Amino acid sequence: MAKNIYEKIWEAHVVHEPAGEDAILYIDRHYVHEVTSPQAFEGLRLTGRKVRRPELTFATMDHNIPTTDRSVPIRDPLSKQQVETLKQNCAEAGVECFDMHDRRNGIVHVIGPELGLTLPGMTIVCGDSHTSTHGALGALAHGIGTSEVEHVLATQTLLQKKSKTMEVRVNGALPVGLTAKDIILAIIGKIGTAGGTGYVIEFTGEAIRALSMEGRMTVCNMTIEGGARAGLISPDEKTFEYLKGRAYLPKDKSWDALVAGWKAWASEPGCTYDTLVELNAADIEPQVTWGTSPGMVTGISGKTPVVSELQGVEKLAAASALKYMDLGEGMPLSEVTINKMFLGSCTNGRLEDLRAAAKVAKGHKVHPSIQQALVVPGSHEVKQQAEAEGIDAIFREAGFEWREAGCSMCLAMNDDFLLPGDRCASTSNRNFEGRQGKGGRTHLVSPAMAVAAAITGHFTDIRTWNFND
Amino acid sequence: MQVFNKLKGIVAPLEAVNVDTDQIIPKQFLKRIERTGYESMLFYDWRYLNDGKTLNPDFELNAPRYEGASILLAKDNFGCGSSREHAPWALDNYGFRCIIAPSYADIFYNNCFNNGMLPIMLPSDIVEELFDEVRAHAGYQLEIDLEAQVIRKPGGESIAFDLAPFFRERLLNGWDQIGLTLRHEAMISAYESGRGFQPVGS
Ligand code: SF4
Repeated sequence: MAKNIYEKIWEAHVVHEPAGEDAILYIDRHYVHEVTSPQAFEGLRLTGRKVRRPELTFATMDHNIPTTDRSVPIRDPLSKQQVETLKQNCAEAGVECFDMHDRRNGIVHVIGPELGLTLPGMTIVCGDSHTSTHGALGALAHGIGTSEVEHVLATQTLLQKKSKTMEVRVNGALPVGLTAKDIILAIIGKIGTAGGTGYVIEFTGEAIRALSMEGRMTVCNMTIEGGARAGLISPDEKTFEYLKGRAYLPKDKSWDALVAGWKAWASEPGCTYDTLVELNAADIEPQVTWGTSPGMVTGISGKTPVVSELQGVEKLAAASALKYMDLGEGMPLSEVTINKMFLGSCTNGRLEDLRAAAKVAKGHKVHPSIQQALVVPGSHEVKQQAEAEGIDAIFREAGFEWREAGCSMCLAMNDDFLLPGDRCASTSNRNFEGRQGKGGRTHLVSPAMAVAAAITGHFTDIRTWNFND
Repeated sequence: MQVFNKLKGIVAPLEAVNVDTDQIIPKQFLKRIERTGYESMLFYDWRYLNDGKTLNPDFELNAPRYEGASILLAKDNFGCGSSREHAPWALDNYGFRCIIAPSYADIFYNNCFNNGMLPIMLPSDIVEELFDEVRAHAGYQLEIDLEAQVIRKPGGESIAFDLAPFFRERLLNGWDQIGLTLRHEAMISAYESGRGFQPVGS
C-alpha cells in the first residue's frame, strides 16, 4: 500500500512499542537552546545520567541574547546566567554549542536547515514549539517540553503516540505579491488554532510545490499555530538543491547516494490521509491578524468581526480580543494604524524575507508616526549575506534599524519589546496578549506587508504597492 | 515524580478560551534555571495590576473563595502556544494538581503528565455545568479519583473520564519516564547499531 511521508518516517524510527504504552521513537537530531534546557541538564546531573549521543545534539543561544552590539556583555544578570549555563552544560556533555559570538549562531529553526543539520527523513526535536519548521525539508520535527528534552538527552528517544494525518492541499498558483506567510495564515484562519490537534499535517498542492525552501519553512513553522504536532512537506528537487554544499552534510556519502536516500521519503502517489483540507491559492489575499490568536485573521480588504454576529466560544474570544487590541467592530483592517514594526523571527527572518521586504522599502521612508521599525535577521549567516547584497543599506536609508540576529521582539525576552499600548506590524508567529511586551498589540503579517505598513503608517494592500525598482 | 491518586480540593474557574502559555507564565520569567519557585508568576499579566504587585480584583482567581484551590476549571484549547514546561511548573507550584477542560494543546497536555499533574478532558456541556456550579457555591470542591477514573461532585454524583491507560499508570505509580524507557536500553542500542547514525534511507 502506498505510504505517506509521515508513515514512512514513523515506521523507520520506532525502536520498540511496548504493549499498551507509547512507542519509543528514535531521535536523529536534537536541538537545544538556553531557555528550555537548563532544568533538563540539571535533571541529568541529579540522577547521575549522561547525554547518550552528544554528537546528534546541537545547541544555540537565540531567545535571550541582545540584538545590539555583541561586544558589550549581556546586561540582564538572569539572561546572562542562562546563556552561560547553556555553554557550561554543553561543554560538560560534549555538545556542540553555537554561542552568540559564533558565526554559525542564529535562531535554532533558521540555522538547522542553513547548516545542513536538518535533513529529509530525520526525526527532529527541540524544546521549542516552532520545531515544526524543519518539516519543510521532509523531516518529522516537533516541539517538546523540558522533561522530554531530558528524556531525549538521556535516551536519544522520545515516547510518542502515532498521530492522525491531515493533508492540506493548496491548489493553483499564488497571486503576485502573496507569500508563504499569507498561505499559512489563511490555512489557520480556515482550520482554527486547534484544528490540527492530534494531527501531523502534510502540505501538498501546486502552490506549496511552487514555494522556495524558505517559503516552505514559513508554512511549516506556523503549523503549530494550527495545533498540529508537526507539519511536513515531501522532499523534491528544490529540497536537494537547497541542501547542496551545506556545512554539516554527511561527508562519507556521495551526493547521488544522499539524494537517492532522501527521495525515498517522499509520499507515494495514491497514499492516503485521515483528513483532507483544500484551499485555492487564487482566493488568498494578503493576510492581517486582528485579534490575539493567529486564527483571528482576515484579508487586507476584510474587517474586524461584529461580535453580535458570532456565537458561543467564538463570540467570547472575539469580544475579549477586540477589547485587548483596542479595535472597533466591523473596522476595515486597512484603517488600522501602527506605531512599531518588527521584521524577523524563525517565521520570516530568512534571506528571502529580507530581500522581499527590502524591495518594498527601497526608495521609501518609514512613516513619521512609527516609533521603532526593527529588522532582525534570523541568523548571523543571513545577516552577512544580506549585507553583502546591500540590503542593510536599503533598510537604513529608509529609516529602519538593522540589528544582530536573534529571536528579539518575537517574544521580547531581551531588550526588544513593545510598551503598553504599542501597536506593531510583526512578521513573527504569535499575536498572543503581551507576547511582544505587556500591553503591546501585535498584528501578524508577511514581511512585505509589515514594511508597507511601516512606510504608510497603516496596513496597506501590497498588491497596489509603488515599487522603486 | 509525584504520585497522583486521589485529590479533593477547591475548584477555581478560568473564564477564557485558548489560554496560551504566554498567559500562564509570561516570558520574562523563563530566564530562571530552576524548576520551582514559579507560583507568584502564574497568570502574571492577569493576576496583578500594572505595578506587577497589587492583585487585580477583577481576575476571578484572586477572589478569596478560591484560595488554596487545587483544581483548575478551564475552557477549550487550554495551554496552546509555546512548549515551555514553565507553564505546568507554575500551575503546580501555585497548587493546581489537576485541570479540567474540554480540550488541551498537545505539548502542554504531555508536559502535565511529566510533572505528575492530571489534565482531565470532559465534554464542553459538562465543563459548562461545572462552571455554573462552582460559581453558585462558595467553597465548591471536587474529588478526583484517578484509580477509578471518576470525578465525585459534592452531592455524591460522579462523572467518569477517559485517559490513556499508560498515562494513568504513570501517574498512579509516579514513574520516572526516563527510567521506564531505559528498561529497553538494549533495544535502543540494537536499533543504533543496526542503522548507523546517519538518517536512514540512504
Ligand atoms: S523567533 Fe520567536 S518563535 Fe522562533 S524560536 Fe525565537 S522566540 Fe520562538
